[in-house]
Amino acid sequence: MSVTDLDQPAAPTVDAEEARRARSRRIEKTARWLLPLLVMALMIWIWDRIVVWNEIPHFILPSPARVWGSLTGDWAILWDSALLTGRITLMALAIAVVGGAGLAILFNQNKMVELSLYPYAVILQVTPVVAIAPLIFIYVESKTVGMLMCAWIVAFFPVLSSTTLGLNSVDHNLRDLFRIYGATRWQRLWMLQLPSALPYFLGGLKIAGGLSLIGAVVAELVAGTGGVGTGLAFRIQEAGYRLNIARMFAALAIVAAMGVFIFAALSLLSHMLLRKWHESAIKRET
Amino acid sequence: MAQIAPFAERYELMRVNAVDKVFPGNVQALRAMSLTVREGDFISLLGPSGCGKSTALRLIAGLSEPTSGRIEWSKPRAQGDLGVVFQEPTLMPWATVAQNVYLPFRLEGKTYASVKDEILEALKLVGLDKFQNAYPRELSGGMKMRVSIARAMVTQPKLILMDEPFAALDEITRFKLNNDLLDMQARIGCTVIFVTHSVFESVFLSDRIVVMAARPGRVIEELHVDEPYPRGEMFRTSPEYAAHCRAASQALEQAMEAAA
Repeated sequence: MSVTDLDQPAAPTVDAEEARRARSRRIEKTARWLLPLLVMALMIWIWDRIVVWNEIPHFILPSPARVWGSLTGDWAILWDSALLTGRITLMALAIAVVGGAGLAILFNQNKMVELSLYPYAVILQVTPVVAIAPLIFIYVESKTVGMLMCAWIVAFFPVLSSTTLGLNSVDHNLRDLFRIYGATRWQRLWMLQLPSALPYFLGGLKIAGGLSLIGAVVAELVAGTGGVGTGLAFRIQEAGYRLNIARMFAALAIVAAMGVFIFAALSLLSHMLLRKWHESAIKRET
Repeated sequence: MAQIAPFAERYELMRVNAVDKVFPGNVQALRAMSLTVREGDFISLLGPSGCGKSTALRLIAGLSEPTSGRIEWSKPRAQGDLGVVFQEPTLMPWATVAQNVYLPFRLEGKTYASVKDEILEALKLVGLDKFQNAYPRELSGGMKMRVSIARAMVTQPKLILMDEPFAALDEITRFKLNNDLLDMQARIGCTVIFVTHSVFESVFLSDRIVVMAARPGRVIEELHVDEPYPRGEMFRTSPEYAAHCRAASQALEQAMEAAA
């Protein structure tokens, strides 16, 4: 900005340059939401044409209009199911956050606990939840508890590993400074390690949000009918048995929308917490 | 605020007594270092990289233990008696300027309200009282360093350790901070041990220059800069300053030869 005062003859070009840059920024801002929408409209149109031109029966591939009809027509059923799946997902995410971050802090504070338990956290993570879920439902009476356990198993690990990384990523000079001022380990944890770990934790949280939805859906599919098994995954399965493919698509769209919503909400939370100080949330001026 | 006593009348603050420091792998970082620090001294540790000057500072700060020899304090040391400034500003990015300066008090368990005046005073001393609610990322490199200095001085410590604090700054900022540092030291009346590899900086700031050599790190010579404080821009251009710089440069050259 100050350069323009020094260099008068060049000023108009700088203005033109700046105007051009501002224009391209505006275009990019619009394109950011317009382009994905156009792609979606195009895909739906192609889908519709494929169904119409090939005269595909609706029990094999329903047209977009039919899926929309199912989405609005079956809304009451689907919404109830979405609430159930959503509740399991959010509860699992909450337990994953408490359990993941809690374990990370425990591991960080006590090396012996970490050495004893960390391998099992890894084993729990790498074993596919689809393979563990049937066993869980044999021993766990309550479907809700079983589903929570499944969702927790897939969701806690990203929180645990990223928080652990964050707790160990403290600026070593700050650590020295805390030592010089005679900080207790709790002061160091609370005032230094936890704030340092916050950006890492939030990164893990975003992954865990998506994973807890996956965990909830898988758990529902395994838990099957009966009890509380009327979540969205159950609706997909049920509609499949009845060759109601349109409702399968409708339920699938709601699951996807829930995933997007969780991701967006967690991204917003992350931005709110970090915008004042962390590099990831700071807009550069140029 | 304490006044700095004339050189001959100063009490001993602490002493580095025949200290050796050997790192794993048999690397001798420091050999037989002895240094007596008196209240009000401004001591520079001057030497090439690898001469153990930062190691010496860490030993004095209590961040590591000597392999042999002792660090002896005349009086038992309390929590706020020591301030440190590192080469990096080392601020907490999630906290405001005022919160960063509050840190030493916070770790002592004092409430913000009870030390608000001291924090503001320290920020005034470094000329940043208008920035108390800014976050570190909003400040320039020199301003961040000033916050770091304010944090080190806020407890009115007896001794401040500075590890090449201005090495990363441009020369104009560095000169300004050198001037201000002497001002602040005079006002608080603290003792400073200042690690640097700049001859000019050491001559301008200190009354004693400890010249060190590398491999193994050791003290080669101690020079006295018997020029009165306050020192300002006049001193920087005086013949005496030039003479001291020449002497320090020669000592440093010897140190380099001794290491080679």
